[in-house]
Amino acid sequence: MTQEAFLHIVMPFKDKVFRLAKRLLVSREEAEDATQEILLKLWKNKKQIEDYKNVEAFSMTMTKNFCLDKLKSKHAQNLKIVHSNYQDGNISLQKQVELNDSVDWVGKIIEDLPEQQKIILQMRDVEQYEFAEISKMLDMNETAIRVALSRARKTIREKLTKTHNYGVR
Amino acid sequence: MVLDNIEGLITKYEQGETTLKEEALLKDYFSQETVAPHLETYKPMFVYFLATQQEQFTKDVPLKPRKINSIYKWISVAAITVLMFGVYTQVNKEPQYTEEQLLAYNQTVEALNLLSSTFNKGTENMQALDLMSSNFNKGAESLSHVETFTETTNKIFKTNN
Repeated sequence: MTQEAFLHIVMPFKDKVFRLAKRLLVSREEAEDATQEILLKLWKNKKQIEDYKNVEAFSMTMTKNFCLDKLKSKHAQNLKIVHSNYQDGNISLQKQVELNDSVDWVGKIIEDLPEQQKIILQMRDVEQYEFAEISKMLDMNETAIRVALSRARKTIREKLTKTHNYGVR
Repeated sequence: MVLDNIEGLITKYEQGETTLKEEALLKDYFSQETVAPHLETYKPMFVYFLATQQEQFTKDVPLKPRKINSIYKWISVAAITVLMFGVYTQVNKEPQYTEEQLLAYNQTVEALNLLSSTFNKGTENMQALDLMSSNFNKGAESLSHVETFTETTNKIFKTNN
């Protein structure tokens, strides 16, 4: 496979890979590195790619696994301590003022969701995949996906309502 | 857009039961400037989703350098193979001499042979020396006889004194 042919396959979904990585790893730099790594892995295995029916789904699954592994090793290195500084539920008044821009606030709320819900929400509400596709990528049945998605959406709405009410008071 | 419809869709949405088309309708509705006040809380959600959808991966992926690297690798492998082959043939090569060199070599061998044969003659003469030294030893033995003799004579002289 030539480089052009490879890029032609990869181009349409590289942003999706990046956004999923960013959803999970939070920092832009890390997401960029992860995306790069995944694309290089695909490039290395370009012979096998030709056999895959759905390279995009395969890449998304790979991204998910890669990022989760990365998070795991991060937890093992105790980097969680640094991270939890802003995962903390008690957000100071100062921060709350900053986050008053509710759109940014949605991002912060999603950060607090469990990883699986994050992934599903990202795939459905941002990338607009069909449930059948998500179920293939995550190796989960559709009902479980719907349940997780519903939970995630409700959590976001509840937290938004809360902040909204604070704002009114 | 009928508000009832939106409300119904929102409920379905929260259950995780909307289709992609219905979700697109919701996104459309909430990207308007003004939405119904009681639905205001949902606005940031959909706006956020639409915004993140725009984010792009801008970093370059270095596919080319890797390729060049692997070519270098193979070139170095080839170079080493050639080098090893060269060394091998050089070391194992049969030495080739010219006629002159062979002549000189043979002459040297002859001369050395001559030398060694005369050398052997010399060692034969050395055997005479060997004989002499054995006779010398005999002489030394008889000398020790003389020594004992003088000792006894001394004793005798002592008693006499």
